[in-house]
Amino acid sequence: MAAISIEGLERRFSDEVLAVAGIDLEVSEGEIYAFLGPNGAGKTTTVRMLVTLLRPTGGRATVAGYDIVSEAARVRATIGVALQEAALDPLMTGRELIQLQATLHGLPAAAARERGDALLERVELDDAADRRVGTYSGGMRRRLDMASALVHEPRVLFLDEPTTGLDPVSRMTIWEEVQKLNREGTTVFLTTQYLEEADQLADRVGIIDRGRITAEGTPGALKAEVGRSHLELGIADGGAAKANDVLARFGELMPAKDGRLCVGLERGAGDLAPIVRALDDAGVAVESLEIMRPTLDDVFVAKTGRHLEGEEGEQAE
Amino acid sequence: MSVATRARVVGALGRRSLRQAFRRPMFFAPVFVFPSLFLAVNTGGAGAAVDLPGFPAVHGFLDFQLAGAIVQSAMLSAVSAGTSLALDIETGFMDRLMAAPISRLSVVLGRLSANVVLGFMVGVWFLGLGLIFGAHIEGGVAAVALVILLSGLTAGAFGWIGAALALRAGRVSVVQGMFPLVFVILFLSSAYFPQALLEQPAKAVANVNPMSYIADGLREPVIANITGAVTLECLAGIAIVALVGMLWSASAMRRRLRAA
Repeated sequence: MAAISIEGLERRFSDEVLAVAGIDLEVSEGEIYAFLGPNGAGKTTTVRMLVTLLRPTGGRATVAGYDIVSEAARVRATIGVALQEAALDPLMTGRELIQLQATLHGLPAAAARERGDALLERVELDDAADRRVGTYSGGMRRRLDMASALVHEPRVLFLDEPTTGLDPVSRMTIWEEVQKLNREGTTVFLTTQYLEEADQLADRVGIIDRGRITAEGTPGALKAEVGRSHLELGIADGGAAKANDVLARFGELMPAKDGRLCVGLERGAGDLAPIVRALDDAGVAVESLEIMRPTLDDVFVAKTGRHLEGEEGEQAE
Repeated sequence: MSVATRARVVGALGRRSLRQAFRRPMFFAPVFVFPSLFLAVNTGGAGAAVDLPGFPAVHGFLDFQLAGAIVQSAMLSAVSAGTSLALDIETGFMDRLMAAPISRLSVVLGRLSANVVLGFMVGVWFLGLGLIFGAHIEGGVAAVALVILLSGLTAGAFGWIGAALALRAGRVSVVQGMFPLVFVILFLSSAYFPQALLEQPAKAVANVNPMSYIADGLREPVIANITGAVTLECLAGIAIVALVGMLWSASAMRRRLRAA
């Protein structure tokens, strides 16, 4: 059974605003599925519908086998939710908040205390558990938010932009926790506007733009769709022509970028050593050399004609 | 979810609301500090009012004013409850509650249960203040218990109005904007002054204002004794406020869920 199944899901806010324009997707049990898209693409609206906070205006969806409209209460009992911007009460302590969450999910008082303590320890907040949430850093708040979403051991966990605004260390901590949860069997549906996050975490990625899914697949397959890796070389003055002759033997020459030569790699990194040897044999002095791989941003550009906000260019290997 | 589990959820949400009230001065001050200052100023500045012809027989103006302070405090506790509920909506904390497998009613009931407890505290606080500063509770211990009970019920009833406002508006500024209305409603009742001594049209308004009956019900045990008819009228006033608040809250919640 699919953990999440969506058919033609649509959300219209007015005659002019169609936030989600009829999407279809399936997420298998135990999968990490990332919804990647810029601000306003429809990611959060989709999540809010799936977690029963927003009624769809068209289509249908099931989560853990339950319909999100007619069986909303069962959906809520089955899922964990950490929404964008960690909506936590700054006046509560971490321990109070997580115990409240446990009570909301029907855990008896003793079990709520025990489960809360275990989760606080798991996300390394046990030392700060009795401090008010208002004194927590952004990373701590996110960890607490995620921990509180886990009090009832949900089958499906929804994370809406779980690392937006976090520093790299906090982001890594959240990623590790998501991967750990997934290894333990939790299906994770996350939204993100970070390419790296989708690339690192997701088994499959759905690229959403203007309320429609424009591409879907594993990160590797999506990147393979838009092209092969290529090599960018900086050549010492006067050696470009000779270098081009050598490079042409290994693959298709591509337009130079900022004075650097580019050649498509037929065999990926396997071509690197022969090219370096051939250039050396030809007496070409190489100043710099980088293998460039297609990124999810290239996929996004290929599918939408635009870059993802704040995530431009290629990533060096 | 069993009834016991629902009760635990309401209790947990109520405890959270109480903590919120005592951890943030913006919630605490309007309930205890402002009405206490108002009581001090009123009693100190208008004490001679007891000598007016037609003023009920009282031991002192403070005895008369205690009911007004309690009603004012109960109404302001509703503004505070509404403000904190609106804050939950604005910050997204409400979404956290709505995404949990609990009934929507539990969210409101949790907030109201806290208001009832705050109301009990208000009763204890003002009766305590009154006794310290020389008030006489003519009805004795039973009167003290009744006033505390009515104070809690009044705060709970007005809590529905605060919740309805918050659910309807969803914005802190709108709920807080209702603050001055509390005083208009109170001055157009017998909360601060005997109804018989009010001028028209205030007198006519006070006659149909449930606040008059609630204030009289809280006052009677202090200045005279427990009277069945006055207590019943007080309870009827509380029930009217609660009913209006409940219907308005239900409509506001339905509207909010429909819009979602």
